[in-house]
Amino acid sequence: MKTVKTLVAAAALAISATAAHAADTIKIGEINHYKRLAAFAEPYKKGIELGLKEVNASGGVLGKPLEFIFRDDQGKPGEAIKIAEELMTRDGAVMLTGTILSNVGLAISSFAAEKGYVYLAAEPLADALVWSAGNPYTFRLRTSTFVQAAMLAEAAAKTDALKYATIAPNYAYGKDAVEAFKVNLKKLKPEVEFVTEQWPALFKIDAGAEVQAIEAAKPDAIYNVTFGPDLAKFVREGTTRGLFDDRNVYGLLTGEPEYLEPLGEEAPEGWVVTGYPWYDIPAGPGLDFVKAYEAETGETPKIGSLVGYMTVQSIAALITKAGSTETSALLGAFPGLKVETPLGEISYRDVDHQSTMGAFIGTTALKDGAGVMVDWTYKDPEAYMPSDEEIKSMRPAE
Amino acid sequence: MGLFVAQLLTGLANAAALFLVASGLSLIFGVTRIVNFAHGSLYMLGAYVGLTLMNTLPGAFGFWGSIVLAGLVVGLIGILIEICVLRPIYRAPELFQLVATFGVILVIQDLALMIWGAEDRLGPRAPGLKSVVRILGEPVPQYDLALIAITPFILFALWWFITRTRIGILVRAATQDREMVGALGVNQSWLFTGVFFLGAALAGLGGAIQLPKGGADLLMDLNIISAVFVVVVIGGMGSIPGAFIASVLISVLNVFGVAYIPQSTLVLIYVVMAVVLTVRPYGLLGREEKAGEHGQVGEVERPIRPVGTRGRAFVFVLLVVLACVPFVGSSFLQVLITDILIFCLFAASLQFILSSGGLVSFGHAVFFGGGAYAAALLVTYADTPMELALLCAPLGAGLLALGIGWFCIRLSGVYFAMLTLAFSQLVWSLVYQWGAVTGGDDGLVNIWPSAWLSGTTAYYYFTLAVGVGGILVLRHIIHSPFGYTLRATRDSARQAEATGIDVKRVQWLAFALAGTMAGLAGGLFVFSKGSIFPNELEIGKSFDALIVVFLGGVKTLSGGVVGAVFMESIKDWLTRLEYWRLILGLVIIGVVIIAPDGIVGSLRKLGERIGLLKEQESMR
Amino acid sequence: MTAVLKVEGLSKSFGGVKAVNGVDFEVAPGELKALIGPNGAGKSTCFNMLMGQLMPSAGKVYLKGEQITGLPPRVIWRKGVGRTFQITGTYQSMTVAENVQMALMSHHRKLFSLLPYAYRLFREEALALLDVVGMADQADRSCAILAYGDLKRLELAIALSNDPMLLLMDEPTAGMAPKERINLMQLTSDIVRDRGISVLFTEHDMDVVFAHAHHIMVLNRGELIADGTASEVRANARVQEVYLGGGTLYAAEGSHA
Repeated sequence: MKTVKTLVAAAALAISATAAHAADTIKIGEINHYKRLAAFAEPYKKGIELGLKEVNASGGVLGKPLEFIFRDDQGKPGEAIKIAEELMTRDGAVMLTGTILSNVGLAISSFAAEKGYVYLAAEPLADALVWSAGNPYTFRLRTSTFVQAAMLAEAAAKTDALKYATIAPNYAYGKDAVEAFKVNLKKLKPEVEFVTEQWPALFKIDAGAEVQAIEAAKPDAIYNVTFGPDLAKFVREGTTRGLFDDRNVYGLLTGEPEYLEPLGEEAPEGWVVTGYPWYDIPAGPGLDFVKAYEAETGETPKIGSLVGYMTVQSIAALITKAGSTETSALLGAFPGLKVETPLGEISYRDVDHQSTMGAFIGTTALKDGAGVMVDWTYKDPEAYMPSDEEIKSMRPAE
Repeated sequence: MGLFVAQLLTGLANAAALFLVASGLSLIFGVTRIVNFAHGSLYMLGAYVGLTLMNTLPGAFGFWGSIVLAGLVVGLIGILIEICVLRPIYRAPELFQLVATFGVILVIQDLALMIWGAEDRLGPRAPGLKSVVRILGEPVPQYDLALIAITPFILFALWWFITRTRIGILVRAATQDREMVGALGVNQSWLFTGVFFLGAALAGLGGAIQLPKGGADLLMDLNIISAVFVVVVIGGMGSIPGAFIASVLISVLNVFGVAYIPQSTLVLIYVVMAVVLTVRPYGLLGREEKAGEHGQVGEVERPIRPVGTRGRAFVFVLLVVLACVPFVGSSFLQVLITDILIFCLFAASLQFILSSGGLVSFGHAVFFGGGAYAAALLVTYADTPMELALLCAPLGAGLLALGIGWFCIRLSGVYFAMLTLAFSQLVWSLVYQWGAVTGGDDGLVNIWPSAWLSGTTAYYYFTLAVGVGGILVLRHIIHSPFGYTLRATRDSARQAEATGIDVKRVQWLAFALAGTMAGLAGGLFVFSKGSIFPNELEIGKSFDALIVVFLGGVKTLSGGVVGAVFMESIKDWLTRLEYWRLILGLVIIGVVIIAPDGIVGSLRKLGERIGLLKEQESMR
Repeated sequence: MTAVLKVEGLSKSFGGVKAVNGVDFEVAPGELKALIGPNGAGKSTCFNMLMGQLMPSAGKVYLKGEQITGLPPRVIWRKGVGRTFQITGTYQSMTVAENVQMALMSHHRKLFSLLPYAYRLFREEALALLDVVGMADQADRSCAILAYGDLKRLELAIALSNDPMLLLMDEPTAGMAPKERINLMQLTSDIVRDRGISVLFTEHDMDVVFAHAHHIMVLNRGELIADGTASEVRANARVQEVYLGGGTLYAAEGSHA
């Protein structure tokens, strides 16, 4: 009955033997939900591939080619951890990166701390990664949810709106995003009132019902955190039923091409959103990236493409600075690491390991039958961060 | 008042797609007794096909024509699935087809990705129905009103078809008594194919008709399937009016849930489901299932004996080999085998209740996850040492199983399965939505073992000892008087009752024991991963276990373990490939068709044929 | 001497239809008693109430003076009543010996024991019982492949495993060849004699009934119309009317083949 087990063991041994003799490259373990969230993971992967091509064309790092090993975690944290171990111990990866879903990011982060592996959380949105569940081995590239929500709150505070409704997917990222918006808005304008909070289950929104519930609360303004198919349904029902008429709407990430493009000509107009206006980037490293990406892939870039590209840049800079691929060297080099990116120079903060990647904030409009961001500005995150003391008190003692 | 009416109308409009998919599933189940888990995939295909057609065909005619055509196309796909996948295995053990339909889900997921790409598609809006009508001052989208009008029409059409046409009468007769229809000389396989066409077409129609309210994306298949199961079970398996009532009930409840308890919409639905099933076990309009109606199909399980000296020696050698792994293999190999061992224990616990007890649980993951969460919560909130927390994992899961079992054990067959599903979904939704305690989707992290077990190798040996120990204990129990008593209740409940056996009590305790062992596996799991998330107790995890038990062989003792090893190993290898779900789906379907007795059952037969094993005295 | 089984005013209605109506009778120790009647007379209903499968609408059942009305089958079994069914309900996935061992494990209250190997428990005792019914040579065959007559004998062995004072046998010879029937009933009456067990059985085959039963009861339309020795029952005018009026005494046989 257990013959199979023996065979597996033998096969696994054979595989590990061949892996050890593979070409001499510096390998990075990349874990993502390539199947279950293909719409978000594919552009990210293409961004990485572009980044790798450029790095390796200019001689790689430490004289060796940089290589990413892409693995699919099926959206399951338990699976992701198994793969992480495999990448590090069998495939010879020097560090880990990846994941979009916050929960997988948190699982890998905890695992990395337990085993002593360096983990660059490229895309996960939960701020717990760097704050309440932060650890010395985990770093994060993507702009924090708190900061993006604070930027929207700043814009909201300038209006007359007093009664707010929120709608966010019912899981940690949604809750963080709503909480951050509330805290920042209350700080700027204590008299605001939150008249209803809607929590549709992720990717299971009942848009008609949500729109009715928000309408019934008669808010002056709406704060939206839904994304993907949920957002599309919410926008359509809301537009049909006139929910957005004469109301200010603030959309976290709504301006990211991943979410705005599928809406096509139905993209909402006049929402204040964070996103990525790739079509409007002025000449400089930002535009160079857009052009290179379009030339390489034949597609327009998404925010994921940019994050993937910047992940490669960060890791290349990290290894170059460390001068070695040893974990201790990488850990030593990461805090304070400066990286030149399409968004200008970013650095990884010493206090919480969060990068200083900022965010584009602007207003949505329709142009040639598609949603775009106009009147946008790129904002640096530092001004919106909690103070170092607050962050220190949030992070677990080390 | 206006708002109330508007909410009611929203609920009714939402019920349309749900009803179409649910009635198709119900119809297929009623006639073929197949629980078609791939029904959500057919719905997804309906959406994609409808979208593609709408982009080609112009105007209002094109829009409505596309919806009908999408239904037809998906119906044809349904025929293809029925003929290629299901027809060869109608005679396989009860619910075996379930595994095949799970393979179909995987195949369709990857095919859809290949054909339509990863991007979410927003559906076009219905021509001429883009604005709203004001009813009592509240805006109601015109398309909602169209849906509300169409649904009863379809219900009526189905009713007419089933009660007024010859084929319909045959379908109905087959729902009542399959054997009788066969005896009347009706070609059963074509009847089944026809019903599958109709059911699939309804799902396709449902997918296409919801396009103006949503769109097409690759997550739709699994997103709708749990809602559809809720509807079918509440309405009564096989009852189309029941499916209608339940879809309206669930949709309307959901709308009001969104308005008044926005944080707990999922919990609400599953509480309703659990309550309905507890009060009316066969659903609102379902009919009572006669005992033995879905009795074991195929040959009877054989008498069992503990393995002989050769078998023991073999297992011993294997254990020695496994014990040597840390000296020769990589650290990852240990992690992989740790994972496999934990899954084996989980599968063995399901096999215990499923094979020896004849109780097919669709929600076994709730005990795996329940055990894991019990341990994780203790560590997180009470700083419980790992050793104690690990002990509490099986205890917690066992208590949970006692509780859930108390409700479920009163039913049998598919209804038992559905009630276990309902309760496991209830627990899952609680864990998922009670973020303040369970961490919700972000789970509980930093649950690591004590220092003496923190190394990979140490934990490997620990899992080897506990996991293999657990499996051996379960195996021994099967050979013990309690295991025999359990098999007796499965073979003939009447005889068991007439010879002093309290059947329900025995089943209840066995259910709790299986839950306890699953909880032990969950405890091992959480400390090996350092974290736990709600996905470890969702439907998918329960199905993983069901699949490996069926693949391994239901009517064997080691099926679960062998199936688990087979599945985990092949997955570990396949997930490296681009379209691994397609291949895995095909592998599952292949195994199901080629080896309907499961891997162990088929190997045993092969062994007997070539003379390696002693042949059993042939039947009759 | 107290009657082993005493039934008083036993009645059962199904939605207004009186299937069994005010039946009174006794079974004495060591007695082999038959309950006969045309199809639909209420024999099975009566039996199911005695054994606890059905709750009587009215009336009482006493076992050795103790009231057992409405107790579940498993409790009645523990009090010393064995039962065989018209359609056998043996455990198909076990061997012949294991089927008997299963009942013995129940009798000796070992059902929830987790430690011993079940196939070793009470094996000698099981083989002895199988020997009584002449099945010892088939002890290790799978139950699923037994001939029907063998299954019936196996059921008898199982029914004896709790050392019962009373055996209830519902159509013990149904579906058997005539020669086998005689053998089985001979076996049964030997057991009654050797062990001092009382037996109450229903039967269609009048040869069997009149050859072996000490006393015969006749049930018609839910009412007991005769209770006496073979010759008394044969001579009973109402019995003749029931059987000869609605068909012959022997015509009833054909209906259950």
